[in-house]
Amino acid sequence: MILSVRDLKVSFRTHDGPVRAIDGVSFDLEESEILGVVGESGSGKTVSLLAVMGLITDPNATIEGSIRYKGRELVGLPPRELRRLRGNEIAMIFQDPMTALTPVYTIGWQIAEQIRVHRGVSKAKAMERVEELLAEVNFPNPHEAMSRYPHQLSGGMRQRAVIAMALSCDPALLVADEPTTALDVTVQAGILDLVRRLRAKHRSAVVLITHDMGVVSELADRVMVMYAGRVVERGTRTELFSDPRHPYTSALLGSIPPLTGQKPRRLPAIPGSPPSLLRLPQGCAFGPRCPVRYGPCEAGKPGLGKDAHAAACFRVAQA
Amino acid sequence: MIDIDRPILETRSLAKRFSIGTRFSAEGRRTIHAVDNVSLIVRRGETVGLVGESGCGKSTLARCLVRLYDITDGKLLFEGDDITSKSLSELRPLRRRLQMVFQDPSASLNPRRRVGDLVAEPLRIHGRLSSPEITARVAELFELVGLLPDHVMRYPHEFSGGQRQRVGIARAIALNPDLVVLDEPVSALDVSVQAQIVNLLADLQEKLKLTYIFIAHDLSVVRQVSTRIAVMYLGSIVEEGPAEEVFATPVHPYSQALISAVPVVETTPSGTRKRIILTGDVPSPLKPPLGCRFHPRCPIAVDRCRSERPELKEHRPGRKVACHFPTLS
Repeated sequence: MILSVRDLKVSFRTHDGPVRAIDGVSFDLEESEILGVVGESGSGKTVSLLAVMGLITDPNATIEGSIRYKGRELVGLPPRELRRLRGNEIAMIFQDPMTALTPVYTIGWQIAEQIRVHRGVSKAKAMERVEELLAEVNFPNPHEAMSRYPHQLSGGMRQRAVIAMALSCDPALLVADEPTTALDVTVQAGILDLVRRLRAKHRSAVVLITHDMGVVSELADRVMVMYAGRVVERGTRTELFSDPRHPYTSALLGSIPPLTGQKPRRLPAIPGSPPSLLRLPQGCAFGPRCPVRYGPCEAGKPGLGKDAHAAACFRVAQA
Repeated sequence: MIDIDRPILETRSLAKRFSIGTRFSAEGRRTIHAVDNVSLIVRRGETVGLVGESGCGKSTLARCLVRLYDITDGKLLFEGDDITSKSLSELRPLRRRLQMVFQDPSASLNPRRRVGDLVAEPLRIHGRLSSPEITARVAELFELVGLLPDHVMRYPHEFSGGQRQRVGIARAIALNPDLVVLDEPVSALDVSVQAQIVNLLADLQEKLKLTYIFIAHDLSVVRQVSTRIAVMYLGSIVEEGPAEEVFATPVHPYSQALISAVPVVETTPSGTRKRIILTGDVPSPLKPPLGCRFHPRCPIAVDRCRSERPELKEHRPGRKVACHFPTLS
């Protein structure tokens, strides 16, 4: 077991009152497994993974629950210890590669720095490794690319450089937050292909955060759907896409226009919009938008249960 | 009398070039060929979808079509009338009939003004309506786009993204336009909200007999709303045809790669589509390649493609392609 998260809760104190961004999220991740986390803005998918990385440093934030990495508790670990893990055993890829790259150093220098810090090897040795890494992420001319600055690369190339950096210390866990959202589809296809090949080679476990159901369906082994800070459904990719159980999951899948076949005259849309975390509805957060809500939905929050393929819905529990 | 077959909008070899730098900068004055040789016909009542990746010139083209940009070369005709170089005052009566909806409604709506006021603005500028008539029209527009009557007193920040886009749409249709250019109208919205706006646009089109030019990078959304689509690459149209046909059987190698690259939800575990992965990046529009602009990345390029630029011409009835070797995938 690489990662085991139990009942994670993250809340922030704000001017308008406390906001519970994550409300009891639990999941496990095995070696070389890809877990897709899908949800809309404000669903808590990014915050939950920032918590795993120990990157929530806001003094107004409270983190409760347990995050175990290879059996070791990360919640409450001193920053020094966390820094030793981050970039080394746990790596992260962000949506915008420029947030991970500094504009004032060359690509080669930046990736080499990370290797030198974590592995303590010489600069020349580190540079050799950088060239290998850049070749691995399909830079056509890795040696030349090392001396380039980020602004001299295209968006796709920058994201490849960030992936090379993330892989530089052979991480056991890779967290990718919307890694292809800022990229064009033809470039995205290349990056997805790359992640798939690298997972096979490095056997890293990957958490892939995205709002794009298509991307998840291409890449993930298991999927977790989040809504308003809670997991509403989890299951394997096949289970989730061929037999979605939570009304939110099926509505979300239904509202994506098809790419082939007959066009529907109207798209089955979900009414309303995702709720503000400051004013969550009573009971189930999806209740006000749900086509099958009934009495119990307003009274309490449905739990996820223990099954491998589970949905947090009273209707499902009843059936 | 309105001639039903006369195109509402037409471009003939339209080009837009931007000049950057000065003669004192390191590279000197340079020209960006943002839109190059685009000939497009838009008929009344249809939706033409423009697709392509970032930098392909689709937004620039959209802005040229409503004359937000001056056109460098070629012609732009509105109902057969040449409006390529009309002055701003000559354009004013046309603006009423030619509207635009932008991607980010929070950037295109003034945060300091109430939304009712924002929707009334075009009515005040163009119409000859009295104050109470304007109030009545705003209420009507709010109902049309699915907003509540008491929303008129709110400010843009009090709305969700989807509602803000409804305000943007209400503003665009306030003057009963004939043609609306929609530049990525749903891209900034959450997936669950996109479908609502797509449906709203379809309803409005039917009710108000609108013609749309719809730009989006999300191909499945474009397919859903468009009757015809034009695929753009590096400033030019490479393929054009009925939306469903182009998606089912793309002919240009670029359209084939683009459509195959879209990740789709597979319900069967083994269902893998054939994917064409392009090598390299889109070349810079500062120095577009000679010959066919797609040749450096094209999997089937030969010598002829490197020297001779293919014209966009009819491949089959209703289907146009700019390729020397149009193939069927």
